[in-house]
Amino acid sequence: MERIPILRIGTYLLVTIQVDMHDQLALTLQTDLTDRIAEVGARGVLIDISALEIVDSYIGRTLANIASMARVLDAATVVVGMQPAVAITLVELGMTLPGIHTAMDVDSGMQFLRRSVRDAEDPDDWRRNSTEE
Amino acid sequence: MTSLLASLQENRDAILKDWTQQLRTTLQRRDLLNVGELESQAAEMLAAILQVGPATKLEEFGAPAWRPVKDLVASLSASRAALGFTPSETALFVLSLKPAIFTQIRGKWGNDGDRLFSEISAADGFLDKLALHTTDSYIHGRDQLIARQQEDMLELSTPVVTLWDGIVALPLIGTLDSARTQVVMESLLQAIVQTSSRYAIIDITGVPTVDTLVAQHLLKTITAARLMGAECILSGIRPQIAQTIVHLGINLQDIVTKAKLADAFRMALEASGRKVVRAERSAPADSAQRAL
Amino acid sequence: MIGAGIVLKSETVPIQTSGDVVLVRQRVRACAVEHRFTIVEQTKIVTAASELARNTLEHGLGGSVDLEVLKDGGRLGIRLRFQDRGPGIANIALALTDGYSSGKGLGLGLGGSKRLVHEFEIESSPSAGATVTVVRWK
Repeated sequence: MERIPILRIGTYLLVTIQVDMHDQLALTLQTDLTDRIAEVGARGVLIDISALEIVDSYIGRTLANIASMARVLDAATVVVGMQPAVAITLVELGMTLPGIHTAMDVDSGMQFLRRSVRDAEDPDDWRRNSTEE
Repeated sequence: MTSLLASLQENRDAILKDWTQQLRTTLQRRDLLNVGELESQAAEMLAAILQVGPATKLEEFGAPAWRPVKDLVASLSASRAALGFTPSETALFVLSLKPAIFTQIRGKWGNDGDRLFSEISAADGFLDKLALHTTDSYIHGRDQLIARQQEDMLELSTPVVTLWDGIVALPLIGTLDSARTQVVMESLLQAIVQTSSRYAIIDITGVPTVDTLVAQHLLKTITAARLMGAECILSGIRPQIAQTIVHLGINLQDIVTKAKLADAFRMALEASGRKVVRAERSAPADSAQRAL
Repeated sequence: MIGAGIVLKSETVPIQTSGDVVLVRQRVRACAVEHRFTIVEQTKIVTAASELARNTLEHGLGGSVDLEVLKDGGRLGIRLRFQDRGPGIANIALALTDGYSSGKGLGLGLGGSKRLVHEFEIESSPSAGATVTVVRWK
C-alpha cells in the first residue's frame, strides 16, 4: 500500500508530503504518524508541505487532526512551508487551522519544536505551558 | 452580367490612382506618416479587398472571405493608434476610397439608374462598415493599452520593502478597493516567501478610509501570512479609522496593532531577538574619561 | 446554465473512487495552466474542484464532471459541471451554510467552494440527483 515516509531524527518525526494526496493516503498518514509518536515517544512532529499545490478541506482537517492527536500524546506539531497561493485559498475556503503552529521553513520549524520541548521540560514552567494551548 | 467586384478588379489601377490622389489631398498628419507609406498601404488594402474572389458579396460583411481584409484594417488601425492618429483620421483612410469606387460605378452603369443606385449603396454600405471596423479596432487597441497600464499601476502601487533581515513592510497609500487589495495581498505573501521573513508590517497611515470589505481583506491577508508561518503587524491606524473599525464591528482582536510604523518595526526587531540601543556618541572621550 | 460565451474545449472525467478526485484536480490544474491562469487562480479553481468532486463522491454516490473552457468576449473562463446520482440536496440554503455537514466533513465543501469561484449554481431533484456548476474567470 502507498505510504508517505516518516523520518525520525532524535525525538522528532519529520514528514515531507510530496505527492498529490488522495483522501485514503491522508488518512493512512494520520494513523501512521500517531502510531509512530506513541512508539518512539516523539516530542515533536514537523510536516513539510512546501511541495503541496493545494490543501483542500480534507487535507486541512487531516493536518488539524494530526496536531490534536499529537498534543494528546504530548508532542508538538508544526506545519512548514505553505505556499502563498495555498494559504490564500485556504483562508477563502474558510479554514484558518487555528490549533496548528506554522513556520516558514524546516529550519524555523525545528527551532520552534526545540523551543517548545525545552519549555515543556523546564520544571518551573510546566504550569504555564500546560495552559498555553 | 458582371459583378461590381469583377469590374473593380478590371480597373484596379485607375481606382488606386484615384484613391491615392484623394488620400494625398485629404492626407492629414504628414508628420506621422509619409506619402510613400500611405500609398503602399492603400495598394495593399485594395489588393486585399479585390482578392476575396467573385463569389463573395459586398453586402455580406460577416462572411469568412472578408476576414483577411478585416485583419489588415485592424492591424493598420492599431499601428495608427500607436502613431498618434485620432480615430476619425484612421477611419478617413477607408472612407476616402469611396469617390474612386463611385466613379467606377458611374462609368459602368451610368445609364442604368436602378443598377447604379443598388451598386452605389452596396459599395457605400461596405465601406461604412469597414470604416466602423477601423474605429472598433482602434478602440480595442486603446482598451488593451489602458488595461495594461492599469496592471502596471497596481504593481507599482504596492511596493514591498525589506526593513531588515527577516522583516518586510508594506506601506499602503491611497484608497483600497477590492481588486487592489487582492494584488496587495498576493505581492505581500510572495515577498514573505522570497525573503523568508517572519515579520511583515502593513502600514495604513496613507489609507484615508477602511470599510468592511477592505478590513476583511486585510484580515484574510494576515491570516494567510500566519498559515505560512509569518506574523503581521498592522500599523498607522488613524483615529477615524479606529472609530470606523469599532462602529463596523470588525474584530481585530487577534491582530497585533501598533500606532506607528516605528513601533511596529521595533516590536518586530525585539520579537526576532534584536535590541535597539543608542550608541555612545563620543567613544574616544568616553574612554579618556574612564582612563582618568 | 451559468457562464456566458462559447465553449472552446470540453472533456468529461468520471468520479467513482477517491483516486478520481485526484484525477479531477490534475485535469483542472492542467487546463488552468494551459490557459495561463495565475498561480492563485489555479489553486482556487483546483481546490474548488477537489471539494466538489469529493461531494459528488460522498453525498452523490459518484458521477462525473464536465470540464469546459469558455471564451466570452475578451475573457477566458473554466466551467465545471458536477453531476451526481444521489438523492439530491433537500435544502440548498442549508447545504451552503458553513459548518453544516450531512457527512463526515467540516461542512466547508459547498459554501467554501462557492467563495473560490465567480459563478455558482446548484440544481437538484430527488429523481435526477444534484448538479453543481461553477465558473471561474481569468
